[in-house]
Amino acid sequence: MTETLETPKISIRDVHKSFGNNHVLKGVDLDVSAGRSMVVIGGSGTGKSVLLKCILGLIKPDSGTISIDGEAVTGLSERGRTKVMAQFGMLFQGGALFDSLSVWENVAFRLLYADGVGRAKAKVRAIAALAQVNLGPEIVTLNPAELSGGMQKRVGLARAIVAKPEILFFDEPTTGLDPITADVIDNLIRRQVSALGATAVSITHDMGSVRKIADDVAMIHEGKIIWRGLAREVDNSGNAYVEQFVTGSEDGPIKVLAR
Amino acid sequence: MNPLALIGHTILALTREAGAISMFAWRGVSSALAPPWYFNQLGAQLLRIGYFSLPVVGLTAIFTGAALALNIYTGGARFNAEQFVPNIVVLGITRELGPVLASLMLAGRVSAAMAAEIGAMRVTEQIDALKTLSTDPFRFLVGPRILAAVISVPILVLVADIIGVMGGWAVSTQILGFNGATYIRNSIDFVTEWDVVSGLIKAAVFGFIIALMGCYHGYNSARGAQGVGRATTNAVVSAAILIFAANYVLTTLFV
Ligand SMILES: Nc1ncnc2c1ncn2[C@@H]1O[C@H](COP(=O)(O)OP(=O)(O)OP(=O)(O)O)[C@@H](O)[C@H]1O
Ligand SMILES: [Mg+2]
Repeated sequence: MTETLETPKISIRDVHKSFGNNHVLKGVDLDVSAGRSMVVIGGSGTGKSVLLKCILGLIKPDSGTISIDGEAVTGLSERGRTKVMAQFGMLFQGGALFDSLSVWENVAFRLLYADGVGRAKAKVRAIAALAQVNLGPEIVTLNPAELSGGMQKRVGLARAIVAKPEILFFDEPTTGLDPITADVIDNLIRRQVSALGATAVSITHDMGSVRKIADDVAMIHEGKIIWRGLAREVDNSGNAYVEQFVTGSEDGPIKVLAR
Repeated sequence: MNPLALIGHTILALTREAGAISMFAWRGVSSALAPPWYFNQLGAQLLRIGYFSLPVVGLTAIFTGAALALNIYTGGARFNAEQFVPNIVVLGITRELGPVLASLMLAGRVSAAMAAEIGAMRVTEQIDALKTLSTDPFRFLVGPRILAAVISVPILVLVADIIGVMGGWAVSTQILGFNGATYIRNSIDFVTEWDVVSGLIKAAVFGFIIALMGCYHGYNSARGAQGVGRATTNAVVSAAILIFAANYVLTTLFV
């Protein structure tokens, strides 16, 4: 790969994070190149969401550095952080919609409150973003609590992409969706990267999604990235952990019960 | 654990909490006072804290004023001082009972609601989401609530003062045989501007405490529904205790 020559969009070096005695990240190293779609796979509870939140600065790593465009963002001031956030779009695993606002105000939140776009214009853009995730204009004035889980997830996705950010983070974008909608979402994510040139980091358990949206794949296990490679290499990685994950077998080096 | 260590741990924990609350208060106040302001957030909070608390505060005040009049009448009768009912009612209500009782009711109503709402936002990652949308949660959530409480609690207490005095008036004229017009005139002649203003200053401080405790405990809510429940309880209890403590301190300054 050529990525060692250019500055990676996101660079993670030796990041550690513990919650009390629960050592979640134990030295994560990972580079994400600009304009590529990276998918992180790994068992439940291995710290994928924590890793994403560390990159976003929502969780402060105990040690290690994270750089965006070659500039360290760990230890940034509040104001500097807000500026960095301006180029991010994030879909939270649980949607994290604001239940005090309507669906379209959720989607348009950044436009309305951070970018100072007028309400009428923001609403048009929100409706367009919702259409991209297969949600029609009839739901825009509803409250998020009135939507199904899968619909909430898609609203969260629309909120992440509406301002066309440079870097997108998707925490399990297709979990809880029917296969057809999941395919729409996979295509949407792929389009963000291929057509709009965004950089994407996604987390998923769904190997079908991995094959559709990933350029690169990294696997996290026991607090470290134990394998990374191209998406097409994932089926014959030669790594016993990855093979077990891909085939979804109970037998293998990953112990399902005690740890 | 040995008792000395326990005392030490408790003192350390309390100091740490006090430090954390001070830092939180500082960030909250500085974001309430500097732009960007979210006026629709402020408006919504003014409506919620101020307008929708009117019934609670009004009912508290009217019964307190009424009971106060009866008690003062009974006490005053022991040394032939029944005629001082209007004077003492208006003094007691404006300086002490109006601000304290209204604020305690608001601690139950407003602190709890704030802690529950912000706590739920914390637990469902809405606060994280705010940050990723380039919006400072202190400016968006904490600042408007503090500002709204500091503005609306004194107004509520002013209303409580008036309703409280009317409660005393009602009992005095209907049951105790006072002349209505004389009662009112006595009250107005007796009460000073400072009696009212000092009560309203108290109210502003209590309003600050109510919003601060609601926001602080909600913002630092532990994960899960249990975490939010605990945050709500802690908000109400700590707001109430701080109101009593602040009331004492302010009273010593104001007498
Ligand atoms: N704020 C937090 N406080 C304490 N522990 C946390 C916190 N966030 C995550 N953890 C812990 O970190 C570990 C990893 O959590 P994380 O949510 O990153 O898992 P995950 O890999 O995303 O799993 P899943 O695939 O199920 O979403 C878990 O043991 C979790 O309990
Ligand atoms: Mg997760």
